[in-house]
Amino acid sequence: MLEVKHLTKSYQKDKPALTDISFSVEPGNFLAIIGPSGAGKTTILRSLNQLIKDDDGQILLDGSDIRSDNKSQLRKHRRQIGMVFQNYNLVERLTVIENVLHGRLGYKSTLAGMFGIYSEEEKKEALELLDKVGLKDFALQRCSELSGGQKQRVGIARSLIQHPKVILCDEPIASLDPASSHTVMHLLKQLTIEFNIICVANLHQINLAKKYADRIVGIRQGKLVFDEESSMLSEEILETLYDQSISKELE
Amino acid sequence: MSSPIKFLAQKHRKQTVIIAVIGSIYALSSWILNFDSFSGFTAVPKAFTWLGVNFSPTSESVELLPRIWQKLIETVALAVSSTVVAAIIALFVAILGSKATGINNYVHVIVRGIASFFRNIPLVAWAMILLFSFKQSDFTGFLALLLMTVGYLIRAFMEIIEDEASETMMALKATGASYFQVIFQAVLPQIMPSLISWVLYMIENNVRDATLVGILTGTGIGFIFDLYFKSFRFDAVGMTILAIIIVVIVLEVLSNQIRKVIL
Ligand SMILES: Nc1ncnc2c1ncn2[C@@H]1O[C@H](COP(=O)(O)OP(=O)(O)OP(=O)(O)O)[C@@H](O)[C@H]1O
Ligand SMILES: [Mg+2]
Repeated sequence: MLEVKHLTKSYQKDKPALTDISFSVEPGNFLAIIGPSGAGKTTILRSLNQLIKDDDGQILLDGSDIRSDNKSQLRKHRRQIGMVFQNYNLVERLTVIENVLHGRLGYKSTLAGMFGIYSEEEKKEALELLDKVGLKDFALQRCSELSGGQKQRVGIARSLIQHPKVILCDEPIASLDPASSHTVMHLLKQLTIEFNIICVANLHQINLAKKYADRIVGIRQGKLVFDEESSMLSEEILETLYDQSISKELE
Repeated sequence: MSSPIKFLAQKHRKQTVIIAVIGSIYALSSWILNFDSFSGFTAVPKAFTWLGVNFSPTSESVELLPRIWQKLIETVALAVSSTVVAAIIALFVAILGSKATGINNYVHVIVRGIASFFRNIPLVAWAMILLFSFKQSDFTGFLALLLMTVGYLIRAFMEIIEDEASETMMALKATGASYFQVIFQAVLPQIMPSLISWVLYMIENNVRDATLVGILTGTGIGFIFDLYFKSFRFDAVGMTILAIIIVVIVLEVLSNQIRKVIL
């Protein structure tokens, strides 16, 4: 279980980016974080794997606090937390399978990892995962030659090979067309259930959040405004988040 | 809502002012230099005719080709070796100094300062300073080119790392990869094409500069250029220049081909 308690962060003095954020997610659940631009969604997500050092609070993964980790403990925690990015953040020059195998680096000795030496099982698993995300025939293709939707699925495979307890997605579909958006969201949802993972995704598309997420958290100006079952999310609640009617979005 | 219109009018006025300023700077500087623009320009064709007549290679100078060729190879080798060594040094320093991969901001500022220092001392000055310690030798030329190239490449590499590798670095860091794993698996593969492209560009440049340095250090193609020039053998000088031009063009074509393949 992932529990976030009283998370606080400010980049500049007296300008809090996050104030007292608390929520928790059970394995097998998909949590969407929504909110206007600059609300602090990325800051929350990056605090969860400590790419950003927050100021105060607790982040408990199965009871152990990531925030009090030393360097090697943090590395062990990070390999249990996959991350999927808006811009995919793949090494474009390398092949698809090499990028997927990067997800194993956290488990390898420094030297083996530096020179990209992977075991047969790891390679086999990478191929299986590529099959799972529908890219079986692309293993040896360079990532620069893929479409956005395909790149994102490579990113998802890279996070799955970490055997993660949590997958964090920062606007995973913001650069994709509607069809690929649905493919990616569907895939994330399905994998969350199949592997019993915790999935936390920042989203701007409220209709997709409602469709795929189990729960939705609303953030506004660094504060948690609501934390609701996605089926319970109503127009009135959304108005508190955006200051305007967005019934069109919901259709 | 007249502000966009006002803005455009202002922008227009600004452009006029800038052009006027440039024009007056030119007028002022030619006045200071006693440089008569008109006769200056009309003299250009004359100069070229003189060049064409006096510097044309003759059948005699063709016999010098093997010697010129040998010296040219030396010079190209000097340029290539100094650039490659400079690139290796610069890569290490850039990794330690860049904002994305570096140690901290102090190191970043110091590295930038050092790079700028090496870059901004003119090559000729480097060569002349080094002549004191290393006398007239290939090594002096090697070192002068190396130091200046290191200055250029450190800065270029740091910017490439920051621009091109920050995002993938973050992704690998998030998987729990260690620092060296991130450098080898994300940063280096990601920046390799831009890096090679810069090294090729510096090699092209350094072949030209190595000629110049050779005049000072008495080595390579610069040495025989100087020799022929001082003994008034202008046809041989012309031959040497022609050979240099051909080699530089060939190198440029070659490196463009390499770029096409790797990018
Ligand atoms: N590196 C930084 N330095 C200073 N301020 C920052 C930094 N990163 C973010 N901020 C500020 O923190 C606040 C929250 O930013 P954050 O990126 O978390 O928002 P977001 O909800 O992800 O927005 P978006 O939907 O546009 O991605 C913003 O006001 C932003 O200006
Ligand atoms: Mg964001």
